[in-house]
Amino acid sequence: MRFDKPATTNPIDQLKVVGQPIHRVDGPLKTTGRAVYAYEWHDPNNRYAYGYVVGSAIAKGRIKSIDVTAARRAPGVIAVVTSDGVGELKKGKYNTAKLFGGREIQHYHQAIAVVVAETFEEARAAAALVKVDYIEEKGAFDLAAAKDTAVKPEEGGSDSAAGDFDAAFETAPVKLDQVYTTPDQSHAMMEPHASIAAWNGEELTVWTSSQMIDWWRTDLATTLGIDKAKVHVMSPFVGGGFGAKLFLRADAVLAALAAREAKRPVKVALPRPFLMNNTTHRPATIQRIRIGAERDGRITAIAHESWSGDLPGGGPEVAVQQTRLLYAGENRMTAMRLATLDLPEGNAMRAPGEAPGMMALEIAIDEMAERLGHDPVEFRIVNDTQVDPENPERPFSHRNLVACLRTGAERFGWQDRSKQPGGRREGNWLVGMGVASAFRNNLLVPSGARVRLDREGIVTVETDMTDIGTGSYTIIAQTAAEMLGVPIDKVAVRLGDSRFPVSSGSGGQFGGNCSTAGVYAACIKLREAVAQRLGFNNAEGLVFARGEVRAGERSMSLAQAASDEVLVAEDRIEFGKLAETHQQSTFGAHFVEVGVDVATGETRIRRMLAVCAAGRILNPITARSQVIGAMTMGVGAALSEELVVDKERGFFVNHDLAAYEVPVHADVPHQEVAFLDETDPISSPMKAKGIAELGLCGVAAAAANAIYNATGIRVRDYPITLDKLIKGLPELS
Amino acid sequence: MQTPGALDISRRDLLVASAATVTVAGAGSLAHAKTNTSAAPAGTKVSFTVNGERRELELDNRTTLLDALREHLHLTGTKKGCDHGQCGACTVLVDGRRVNACLTLAVMHDGDEITTIEGLGQPDNLHPMQAAFVKHDGFQCGFCTPGQICSSVAMLDEIKANIPSHVTADLTAPSEITPAEIRERMSGNICRCGAYSNIVEAITEVAGRKA
Repeated sequence: MRFDKPATTNPIDQLKVVGQPIHRVDGPLKTTGRAVYAYEWHDPNNRYAYGYVVGSAIAKGRIKSIDVTAARRAPGVIAVVTSDGVGELKKGKYNTAKLFGGREIQHYHQAIAVVVAETFEEARAAAALVKVDYIEEKGAFDLAAAKDTAVKPEEGGSDSAAGDFDAAFETAPVKLDQVYTTPDQSHAMMEPHASIAAWNGEELTVWTSSQMIDWWRTDLATTLGIDKAKVHVMSPFVGGGFGAKLFLRADAVLAALAAREAKRPVKVALPRPFLMNNTTHRPATIQRIRIGAERDGRITAIAHESWSGDLPGGGPEVAVQQTRLLYAGENRMTAMRLATLDLPEGNAMRAPGEAPGMMALEIAIDEMAERLGHDPVEFRIVNDTQVDPENPERPFSHRNLVACLRTGAERFGWQDRSKQPGGRREGNWLVGMGVASAFRNNLLVPSGARVRLDREGIVTVETDMTDIGTGSYTIIAQTAAEMLGVPIDKVAVRLGDSRFPVSSGSGGQFGGNCSTAGVYAACIKLREAVAQRLGFNNAEGLVFARGEVRAGERSMSLAQAASDEVLVAEDRIEFGKLAETHQQSTFGAHFVEVGVDVATGETRIRRMLAVCAAGRILNPITARSQVIGAMTMGVGAALSEELVVDKERGFFVNHDLAAYEVPVHADVPHQEVAFLDETDPISSPMKAKGIAELGLCGVAAAAANAIYNATGIRVRDYPITLDKLIKGLPELS
Repeated sequence: MQTPGALDISRRDLLVASAATVTVAGAGSLAHAKTNTSAAPAGTKVSFTVNGERRELELDNRTTLLDALREHLHLTGTKKGCDHGQCGACTVLVDGRRVNACLTLAVMHDGDEITTIEGLGQPDNLHPMQAAFVKHDGFQCGFCTPGQICSSVAMLDEIKANIPSHVTADLTAPSEITPAEIRERMSGNICRCGAYSNIVEAITEVAGRKA
């Protein structure tokens, strides 16, 4: 199905199942420990061996030699596979650094060997006996030091300009010119990367933890130099990803190579400390923002520049993306510059670009509002735009940022915010409120699905879509139930298997809208097949409801259509030019109240509210969970999350969950979420848009602005830890 | 819902995937696929009860309780999130108290009674805490969830037993079940999906029902 005209009325609009607050259909499996994750597949007829990874102890250089003699002799060891033993492996399309090192070391903890033994304990002990002789080379690890060497990126970031920024900024009566920094961050999902690999002749099956089944399958085949058709990837349950599992990772490659050597299935999980340095991370940024405005608050000039680093061949963190679209202003420019750094690979983490970009932009907007003497909510409203500011003839498909801000301000009690920073004190607590806009683009990716109807009237959906906690199982079941007029318990959903039609996968907040649109397309085909089988003239006038198919007086049971044989339909949604003619984005407003301890500078989040406008909400329970989860991640970005770089040795020092501090229960208050009741027919037949990343964009800045409102201390370098506040706090009497 | 087919697919597929292997062209190796059996360490016999069932194992002394459950008894509901005692995904109950199963060796638990998430309830017979997590959507990816649930069940018993926490203001008064107490006492269980707000609501509801 090609989607190239705005959606009109369709069966989804009935909203009997879609849009309803239906509990997760996989809930009973997940809460009882019965959902099977990558490392847990078990067949009693197989003798699994255990692989343990050896990572490079240097950040840059070469391996002189690897001595595996002692490891090979250790108890229980079956095989030791080293990178110089397997020779040069081809790199997959989506990776920047090689997943299995080779002689050249590109980053710390790059995989250089895997030790296979009968048990996990034996493999781990033997891995420690692998002796590696390195020739270390000097690398670049410090973004600030490398900033002046940064160049215009070859891919993934072109400069933008409209009007004459320099002239307009020069003459603007009110101006801001500030620099902000965001640190390297880690996805830190709860399930470490893990794979089991098993060969059957030339065919390889990998049970893994992947957001994008087809990308993994393709890149694994490329890496191993085998035919993609011989690779089978399974990933029906994924213990979180946030971007860390978008692209093929070392565990799958090592498991496949190890299983081939060991001649039996091998399990490999990356140990937790490998997540920070072996895999990808969100790159640090240095951002300069300049804003010029008239005294009435209208922005006349806005510029956003960002510097980030990555390995050779990598790309920039696209932190200026939202500034091209979020606020009006005739004269504007953005630019990104990329430095070469020899740190582990930088890549996508939840809302790549907008998440760190909004951390900076939305502080700048707060600062500008203050300089103008305007309320930060009103300043944002004054500068709303209904068109792409760089191409005013190109409208937004649907944009209601203003209602998000107004609704939020009212619900949060914004009028009670102290206009004076440091103006509200409760005992030892300095209390403040902050606001930020939320903004994230709506991306459209083709997505396929197959739908079966059996004689019992059970509808089974098969697609290689993944559920990484997003609720895919549930919203896909809702979509099929709505389309075919059956209760949700008559729908089975099977995901995460490369034998199923290729889907959008989970990433860029496109999975929910696009994968259900793919299921919609397949269900339209199944409706046609049902109509034909039951002898109805055409499917369009048919009503599918309560397990029946009806046209006028004539009604038959749906199951009857499959009484002789299972009815199967397959289709795929493809998106036409609507994303070019219309800017598709999602909008919101974040409100945060903090208390800052006047003596210690400790910040506590007291209240949080998000108001989101993201098209049709397919399931208010799972959508709300996406947003509160993103708000929680935003609390981490504001207050604690930072991968600390050892600038001498070139690695992230705090590579575990004790030292890389993600929010815990005690850090997060009750969270409020509101959705505007809207649809976006230009996005898809579902009229939905993304929500999972929107919830993160702006949260940290809202917290930063609240801290400023509480204390009068403006911190422009995340995270806002107490050492950055303590000197500015009032003297204690 | 109808079964998503995870378990039934797995068995069939794993049977298809036998251990026969081939060498892929162009990939030489230093490795030899023969197990080194010299100097294998002696194991220790250990016997404990898991979810009411007596289990006897002979284990490498280095085997954690977590790996004994997951790799030897195939009770994979208990998760390995960090293997460092930093995330709480491996929380199980040992003689009724919550323990990070990754931080304790299996051989230390001879004679103990262990309860895992599988022992609390089943998909068609949920424990009240499991049901409350489903109702309040107290999870997303589900990987920290068994640990959160085991931890919350034991945590409520700790409050009932008047064991104070960091946020308990009055050590002489009976402990109370407040959101602040729940948040403090649950802080050893990390949820990166960020379901905390919903988890606290689930626990509060169960606590209210009990009280």
